[in-house]
Amino acid sequence: MSFRIIGTGSAVPSKIVTNDDLSGMMETNDEWIRTRVGVEERRIATTESTADLAYEAAAKALEMSGVSADAIDLIIVATITSDRICPTTAGMVQARLGASCPAFDISSACSGFLFAMETAAGFFARGTAKRALIIGAERISKIIDWKDRSTAVIFGDGAGAAVLEAGNSYLCSEICTMGGDDVIKIPAFGGTSPFTEIEKEEPVIFMEGQETFKFAVGAFVNHITGMAEKAGIAIGDIDHIIPHQANERIIRMAARRLKLPDDKFVMNIDRFGNTAAASVPIALDERNRSGRIKPGDLVAMVAFGGGLSSAGCIMRW
Amino acid sequence: MTIDKLKTIIADHSGEDEANITAETTFEELGVDSLTTVEVLMDIEDEFGVTLEAAQVGKTVGDLVRAIEEAQK
Repeated sequence: MSFRIIGTGSAVPSKIVTNDDLSGMMETNDEWIRTRVGVEERRIATTESTADLAYEAAAKALEMSGVSADAIDLIIVATITSDRICPTTAGMVQARLGASCPAFDISSACSGFLFAMETAAGFFARGTAKRALIIGAERISKIIDWKDRSTAVIFGDGAGAAVLEAGNSYLCSEICTMGGDDVIKIPAFGGTSPFTEIEKEEPVIFMEGQETFKFAVGAFVNHITGMAEKAGIAIGDIDHIIPHQANERIIRMAARRLKLPDDKFVMNIDRFGNTAAASVPIALDERNRSGRIKPGDLVAMVAFGGGLSSAGCIMRW
Repeated sequence: MTIDKLKTIIADHSGEDEANITAETTFEELGVDSLTTVEVLMDIEDEFGVTLEAAQVGKTVGDLVRAIEEAQK
């Protein structure tokens, strides 16, 4: 027993920040950002917290599913930008929904939503959850170095959610970690201990762009080919590929290597930027609400990022 | 020929017409940015079976041909 997805939802802050807005803040321009990253605008939180975005996405997913909050057995939020370390964002969402089930956060950067889904799959396999709410939510703007033009232009804030119900749609999955901090690093708040002898680091995103790009394309292609083989399907039979929206060029390079047409790949990085753990569920929700995913369609999701971590799954809709 | 295969790869990623690329063409003239360099290096890895670092690319197409052939030895 695994699960099927019976509802999706997403939420983004109301404030739109365009490339031209950023070019007034740092040495960059619209053409550079479009051609290097593929972002035209992103949503940046002003008053919205990570929990606000997570709650809004969750409420929409529940509404679509027709399931009430008290019928949810498990809430998992994937985030690296929880408003507070304690309580978790999942706990705050649980309280606001009026649910009473176990709720916890997991952290695996941009792959987090798929790590959360795989974690939920374990509960379904044991029969300890019949319905689960899985959310990816980020207020990534709070860990952006707004002086670093190589990373500041990439990211955006948002949240996406899915309601899972016991079923057999989750055909196969892979999660992978290649631990290390030399390619992507986001230091935590260093604290104020008078005894510390560890040098304090800025709690902002550090990323080695070229290595990240190579890792991402490799992980993308390997997960899709590996999972298709495990699921016993041809890559060409996959109807929708929902990739983490890290960089348009990562998606296009992977598409070429997989020899698949661009239109199989859901892309919304132009409007939202890279929303880390939120990007896969936001893209999933957009494709789902567009009505383009038909019953029986094969849907692949794939993500890669800090950790280094990567993950993928193939579902029969 | 290494250079012919390489020209195809570079044309593919830079958008420049293959016929306009020679051993003397510089990557600066082609407007190759850091991500394009990575894209080219990934295709080189597939095509020639050698792994090169961005620092080994050199200034011209001819430099890169030499780096590939050196790595293949």
